[in-house]
Amino acid sequence: MAIAKVNGVEVEFEPGMTVLQVAELAGEEIPRFCYHERLSIAGNCRMCLVEVKPGPPKPQASCALPAAEGQEIFTKTPMVKKAREGVMEFLLINHPLDCPICDQGGECDLQDQAVGYGRDDSRYDENKRAVEEKAMGPLIKTVMTRCIQCTRCVRFITEVAGSPEIGLISRGEDVEITTYLGAAVTSELSANVIDLCPVGALTSKPYAFEARPWELKKTESIDVMDALGSSIRVDGRANAVLRVLPRINEEVNEEWISDKTRYAVDGLQRQRLDRPYVRVDGKLKPATWAEAFAAVSAKIKATAPERIGVIAGDLQDAESLKATKDLFTALGVKNLDARQDGAALGQGPRESWLFNSTIAGIEDADVVLFVGSNPRLEAPVLNARFRKQWLAGKTRFGVIGEQVDLTFGYDYLGAGAKTLSGLAKAKNDFVAAFEAAERPAIIIGQGALARADGAAVLKAAAGLAKTFNVVREGWNGWNVLHTAAARVAGLDLGFVPAEGGLSTGDMLKPGALDVLFLLGADECESAASDAFKIYLGTHGDAGAHKADVILPGAAYTEKNGLYVNTEGRVQMGKRAVFPKGEAKEDWSILRALSETLGHKLPYDSLDQLRAKLFADHPTFGQIDFAPGSVPTVFDLAAVGGEGEATDAPFESPVKAFHLTNPIARASVTMAECAANVSAASKIAAE
Amino acid sequence: MSVRRLAKEQPASFAFSAESQAKADWWKAKYPAARKQSAVIPMLWLAQKQEGWVQEPAIQEIARQLEMPVIRVLEVATFYVMFQLAPVGKTAFVQLCGTTPCQLRGALDLRSVLEKKIGPAHSVSADGKFSWEEVECLGACCNAPMAAINDYYYEDLTPESLAQILDDFAAGKAPQPGSYEGRKSSEPKDKIQTLTDPKLYDGSAAKKIKIPNLPEKPKKTKAEPAA
Repeated sequence: MAIAKVNGVEVEFEPGMTVLQVAELAGEEIPRFCYHERLSIAGNCRMCLVEVKPGPPKPQASCALPAAEGQEIFTKTPMVKKAREGVMEFLLINHPLDCPICDQGGECDLQDQAVGYGRDDSRYDENKRAVEEKAMGPLIKTVMTRCIQCTRCVRFITEVAGSPEIGLISRGEDVEITTYLGAAVTSELSANVIDLCPVGALTSKPYAFEARPWELKKTESIDVMDALGSSIRVDGRANAVLRVLPRINEEVNEEWISDKTRYAVDGLQRQRLDRPYVRVDGKLKPATWAEAFAAVSAKIKATAPERIGVIAGDLQDAESLKATKDLFTALGVKNLDARQDGAALGQGPRESWLFNSTIAGIEDADVVLFVGSNPRLEAPVLNARFRKQWLAGKTRFGVIGEQVDLTFGYDYLGAGAKTLSGLAKAKNDFVAAFEAAERPAIIIGQGALARADGAAVLKAAAGLAKTFNVVREGWNGWNVLHTAAARVAGLDLGFVPAEGGLSTGDMLKPGALDVLFLLGADECESAASDAFKIYLGTHGDAGAHKADVILPGAAYTEKNGLYVNTEGRVQMGKRAVFPKGEAKEDWSILRALSETLGHKLPYDSLDQLRAKLFADHPTFGQIDFAPGSVPTVFDLAAVGGEGEATDAPFESPVKAFHLTNPIARASVTMAECAANVSAASKIAAE
Repeated sequence: MSVRRLAKEQPASFAFSAESQAKADWWKAKYPAARKQSAVIPMLWLAQKQEGWVQEPAIQEIARQLEMPVIRVLEVATFYVMFQLAPVGKTAFVQLCGTTPCQLRGALDLRSVLEKKIGPAHSVSADGKFSWEEVECLGACCNAPMAAINDYYYEDLTPESLAQILDDFAAGKAPQPGSYEGRKSSEPKDKIQTLTDPKLYDGSAAKKIKIPNLPEKPKKTKAEPAA
């Protein structure tokens, strides 16, 4: 550890840190615009000027200057103050005074730092330059006159998102941030540039002129759009969610979120089920809760338990899954399934369906093999980590499945199960590297598991993991990448068919059941079933269309709930707004229904329900703990099932990234993005 | 300098001619395979040589050949003012120096000649043969005023000589580049009074000098075997 002095106070620092970082260690705030912890250093805004000794007798850009042993850093001298005022004055030469109509107002770095470090007025009274607006697609609104050319957006989209579509053209005072000839940005992480932009040049298009930050009620919650469970902040006003922003969580999403996480929320206002419905004479008619419950309980009471089935959806919280399971188990129902896609998981040890290396820990892997997964579409934020590792040259990747642009380089090994089972004997460069790896990892996606031969594929993958010793002392490289936020909770709860019970696929066969209870299940072909269908959910989507009774539930922003992400981390989502209309929180609907069915659930509040959940399934009590952070060895031989794997190529279940769940499908913004992507891929195909 | 944009009207396609492609390949081969993007400036230059200006499809083609994002090529093309982003005169493209030394020596008069004979700056004449623009210092201040026409410098210009040069171009001739005052390169304009001593040029005035801080010459030892 080296020692430097910041304003006369000695600070220890790691060699290689910059002067700016050392000053921050000492608790000094250094104003900055272009510098960002997770991006490369540009050094072009000059706001972070400090004085250093020994050094030239002029201010130094602290973000780009390596700190040295014995260096004296000054952040409060007259020279620094004058330098900051000068830089701020320069930055404001061409920056318009349109704060009152700027969406960044109130959360603008330039505004804050101008107050903190600028002069009270400007000495420049020349005309300001004006820059044409740029088209950047349906998410990013541009007011380029406000741009201060920090190039954070260029660096983010190039380095982190890995789709270099934004650039800085021209030079000198004419430079402009733009995409190539106004093309829309196609990256799944594109909207993060809005957060990165320190001024109001790139702002949120769907949120334009909606609200000021101080009007919003901010709720820290968890995202359900993919299985990562990114940390988010839900900003709401009155009873509407206006926007979603990322929270910093080094363990999961660093500080990024995908465009779907951020912008699907306008779907929470559309297509909503805000009152119960009962189908009368083939038509859904609005009903009261009592009528709906009466219709449900009459039907369920008249049906034998083995003719009743329950399918749980992908966005459900653990509490509603628990209540559903408790209720229907009490009724004697064995046909329960939380796996709408029919993924062959849920048997064997818990580790077999978790992302055991943990999301942060996968960065330690030196060779990673993807099996039937397209992480770019299934978990874009996780994909950014892979890209980060690849850019640093620390990790080598291999893919069995679809050959697509993952934003990082990989060895393409093959398309299907044949490659998987033959890999142990294959002689190629990647296999040699995989064998020699100290921390090899296999990431198996739902594309390989959610198929008829999923169990056999799982067994083959487990066999491969065993051959290559992927699970070893101190390292667990067996990873399942889920696509559904509710899936791991469902598997942890044992929300799978009991002995002799039917799985999703069998339940949906015509004639298999008389009553089908859909707990927010919209991704399965429930229309195929001819059973009496009860849908508890939020949106008028696939599940509700053919339902006979609709019970309106709460979306993820409207209830307190626990979610378990793909690594088995239990996280707590918070209610930001109230459910729509007459809708209720899912667990309380089930509790009320249980009473009419004569099998009253033994809890009267969410706390009691959680207490029961923690007692029955202790893993749920470990909030914010990723089980893989303490590597455990488990028996891979118990993973997977019998059967012959066909050689059909693995295909990711996520075809249209922006349309994977009922909330996103109801979102206008997501529809625009999806249209954009399909148009772009059409052009690319030509 | 003004905001640089690609021209509105662009050709549908662009392809390097066999000759320019051979040159482009030479440039690409010059850099390590992983750094072949380094050839972006020479390749933009080749595209401009071939077509007279940098066309949008050429930017796409260069990005494709160098396997780099097309926005990166656009950044380079818009950064350097030597890349013409709109069509220029086919016979003569005049870049008139308008920086102080040339201006003091009469560049403004040359400008009015150009305006009269070709038209406003940055616009191609009706026959497509001529266009002109004012540029910053081209580094030939000793021969001010001057203009670069196509690939050559035409120096010590007067309104008359510039008009004559343009007429020659129009007539299909290739006017002689260099000084139009009869000077040899940039030697003094009038009677040469300094540096006249012939000894200066035969090497006899040279003295042996010792350059300070030279690294010590390694003593001659047996040559080491190549590693």
